[in-house]
Amino acid sequence: MNKLRSALFAIGLVLAPAVAMAQGTPAAPAPVAAAPAPVAAAPAPTADSAAATPAAEQAKPEAPMALVPVDGIGQPVNGKLGIQPQVTVNGERAQWFHDAILLPVITVISLFVLGLLLWVIVRYRRAANPVASKTSHNTLIEIAWTLIPVIILVVIAIPSISLLAAQYKPAGKDAVTIKVIGHQWYWSYEYPDHGDFEIVSNMLPDAEAAKRGEPRLLAVDNRLVVPVGTEIKAIVTSEDVIHSFAVPAFWTKMDAVPGRLNEVTFKVEKEGLYYGQCSELCGARHAFMPIAVEVVSKENFAKWVAAKGGKMPGAEAVAAPAATPAPAVTPTAAPAAAPAEGANETAPAAPAANTKA
Amino acid sequence: MTTVAATHDHAHDHHDADHHLGFFARWFMSTNHKDIGTLYLIFAILAGIIGGAISGMMRAELAQPGIQYLTTWAAMVEGEGASIDQAYHLWNVLITAHGLIMVFFMVMPALIGGFGNWFIPIMIGAPDMAFPRMNNVSFWLLVPAFILLLGSAFVPGGTGLGAGTGWTVYAPLSTYGSQGPAVDMAIFSLHLAGASSIMGAINFITTIFNMRAPGMTLHKMPLFVWSVLVTAFLLLLALPVLAAAITMLLTDRNFGTTFFDPAGGGDPVLYQHLFWFFGHPEVYIMILPGFGIVSQIISTFSKKPIFGYLGMAYAMVAIGVVGFVVWAHHMFTTGLDVNTKMYFTAATMVIAVPTGIKIFSWIATMWGGSIRFTVPMVWSLGFIFMFTVGGVTGVVLANGGVDNYMHDTYYVVAHFHYVLSLGAVFSLFGGFTYWFAKMSGRHLNEFLGHLHFWVFFLGVNIIFFPMHFLGLQGMPRRYPDYPDAFAYWNEIASIGYAIMAGSMVIFFVNIAYAFLAGRKAEGNYWGEGATTLEWTLSSPPPFHQFETLPKID
Repeated sequence: MNKLRSALFAIGLVLAPAVAMAQGTPAAPAPVAAAPAPVAAAPAPTADSAAATPAAEQAKPEAPMALVPVDGIGQPVNGKLGIQPQVTVNGERAQWFHDAILLPVITVISLFVLGLLLWVIVRYRRAANPVASKTSHNTLIEIAWTLIPVIILVVIAIPSISLLAAQYKPAGKDAVTIKVIGHQWYWSYEYPDHGDFEIVSNMLPDAEAAKRGEPRLLAVDNRLVVPVGTEIKAIVTSEDVIHSFAVPAFWTKMDAVPGRLNEVTFKVEKEGLYYGQCSELCGARHAFMPIAVEVVSKENFAKWVAAKGGKMPGAEAVAAPAATPAPAVTPTAAPAAAPAEGANETAPAAPAANTKA
Repeated sequence: MTTVAATHDHAHDHHDADHHLGFFARWFMSTNHKDIGTLYLIFAILAGIIGGAISGMMRAELAQPGIQYLTTWAAMVEGEGASIDQAYHLWNVLITAHGLIMVFFMVMPALIGGFGNWFIPIMIGAPDMAFPRMNNVSFWLLVPAFILLLGSAFVPGGTGLGAGTGWTVYAPLSTYGSQGPAVDMAIFSLHLAGASSIMGAINFITTIFNMRAPGMTLHKMPLFVWSVLVTAFLLLLALPVLAAAITMLLTDRNFGTTFFDPAGGGDPVLYQHLFWFFGHPEVYIMILPGFGIVSQIISTFSKKPIFGYLGMAYAMVAIGVVGFVVWAHHMFTTGLDVNTKMYFTAATMVIAVPTGIKIFSWIATMWGGSIRFTVPMVWSLGFIFMFTVGGVTGVVLANGGVDNYMHDTYYVVAHFHYVLSLGAVFSLFGGFTYWFAKMSGRHLNEFLGHLHFWVFFLGVNIIFFPMHFLGLQGMPRRYPDYPDAFAYWNEIASIGYAIMAGSMVIFFVNIAYAFLAGRKAEGNYWGEGATTLEWTLSSPPPFHQFETLPKID
């Protein structure tokens, strides 16, 4: 029986990734059905920025109005039970996998075990069953409770492995590259495709956050701003100890390891403001280096870039950040150059990881 | 089964034997497995009180958003004028100490050192452990180890006093991220505790392989013996890797090596691989002896032999073996490549199969039985269900693609406390109430025992179940303060802590009751169903048992 058991393990192990990889590429249809509520919340910020657009002066680049947080989107909700609403395709897919497969399966298994326990407690208590049986073997049932869990695990493993494959799909050529650098205890972001300017992002003091109508311990002074509907290729690293760049609404978490360039890709489908927090113990103020990602329309992103003194790739600079060098930096060249700045990393062409949220 | 004083021709000698030794000689120079087991249990209880008090401090601080107590506590250790950063650092010291104390100084000493020492020799019909002096060294290494760990809280460790690295001691936070001797002391503490455990493991393996009574074949050994045998192998193979990793930390910190420092060609992720190659087997080290204890208890009170004995024994072996090849599931967000993550996802899920075999075999053991709901039995029933809950959330976390979200959130905290605080600790209380009268000769109070169980059960579930919700909403671990949106479930968890703490008062009252007024226990006080060899001895057993080896048919 042990041989049979191990043979089945082996088959399961070998088949699961193969099957999953085979069907990894086509978009899974299921997550679409699970698209959650956030649609309703989106209009508010969009209206804001639309109103701002016509008024913007042509001569001087002006950053679009900062988005305001929307309750329940991109941040936790007090007393709530489930996963934060997801705003990336892979996030929705992963959430569907958790909510539609994992959670029901583990709930049923737990209740099944509880039911069996209650049954034996009631039926086989000493008063109800004074004489114990001496049964200690039943080959059939032992095979059953070995094989059935194997089948359940294979059922879980197939979507799980294909989810992993989807998350690791490399970013396309149009992806916007940003560098995310963890420090004790703040984040900084660089935009190598957009003139290589840097944003330093510190947590706002409680009073300031309250004044701006943002949640305490999540609000930052300078947010990471990225365009909507665009693949964002984040190159994550650290200049001191290990930090972890995490945005729950994107289903994205990637450690910032000194000496390594970790790559993670996410494509946010909805404009809005999304918060995250450092997720690897990094010293005293570990809890006080939040992440705020502002996802804006492509036009507003361009304006924001211009306001920061950067320029869109392949385009003339909107403002005059000194004399622009003639050949525009192409998006493919920029990321290749970017890693050279970090110290001691492994080959820049092959980052340690490549995750797509 | 009748109670036999196995040392029939010296039925009363044990009284003399204890009294020949002075207090110091008996307790500080002991070579007696039962006395050493008792020392381990006392040590584990003391460490558990300290570790539990620290979690009380943590739950108090987390009861509400904002910093309520940390600044006050920091002022107590750092002196007036302690900075807010020193207060935050104190938080990291607390979480580090809680983790290390509970793992190395509470669960392991209690399950392996305490119950293992007490009952492994008796259950296999041996007079003592194979290396009684080494046994004593094992215990007495723990004491300086614990003192070093506690002492580290009062020496500089970077931002403030104490080692604030988390129990995982990740580089480079633990190397150039923490200046001062605190982390060195903590590392040396782990070295000593590790050496203690390795010696213990060698002792158990030698004892179990060589000192079984005639007729006690491997396939007749009680499952608790099997569980400690597997655990001892895990210790023997895993701890040297930890020792190597933390030695490299020491040399990185003090002697200019750069094993984990990228500036010199090292890699911080290497440390994580080494740590978790130890760390994952370590979690099975903490739970396997619990499996063994629960098996004994279930069989005893169902009055049935264990269902599928061989499956149960080899399921533990399988868990032990597979437990060595799943370590990187603790590192899913460090930047592993996709194939590595797929492998570790699949391998991790495989562990659910032997674990499932164990759960179902326990239920099948009770099926058709004649169950008595004694205190150890209710602990074991609680164990089965709570361990199942912790196990299934482990299956969720095993999925690398899902772990991107859950990693380092409270979902993970909930998961491992369900398998440890409600798993391993339930088995500890089960074992304690099962064997207490055997060890002490006096009965605990049955009513207080049940009361303790129910209040504790309620308390720990109120602490840890809401943590799943916090994790799903994204609350990261190791945070002294959190956004207000995490307030609700945190407050509930802290209320749960208060309930749990109340139950521990009942527990200690019960122990005091047993020693002051407890009924004297006979040899086999559980009666029919208790079939292992310790029930053939008096309670407490003679100072030296089995001078004539028992024969097992």
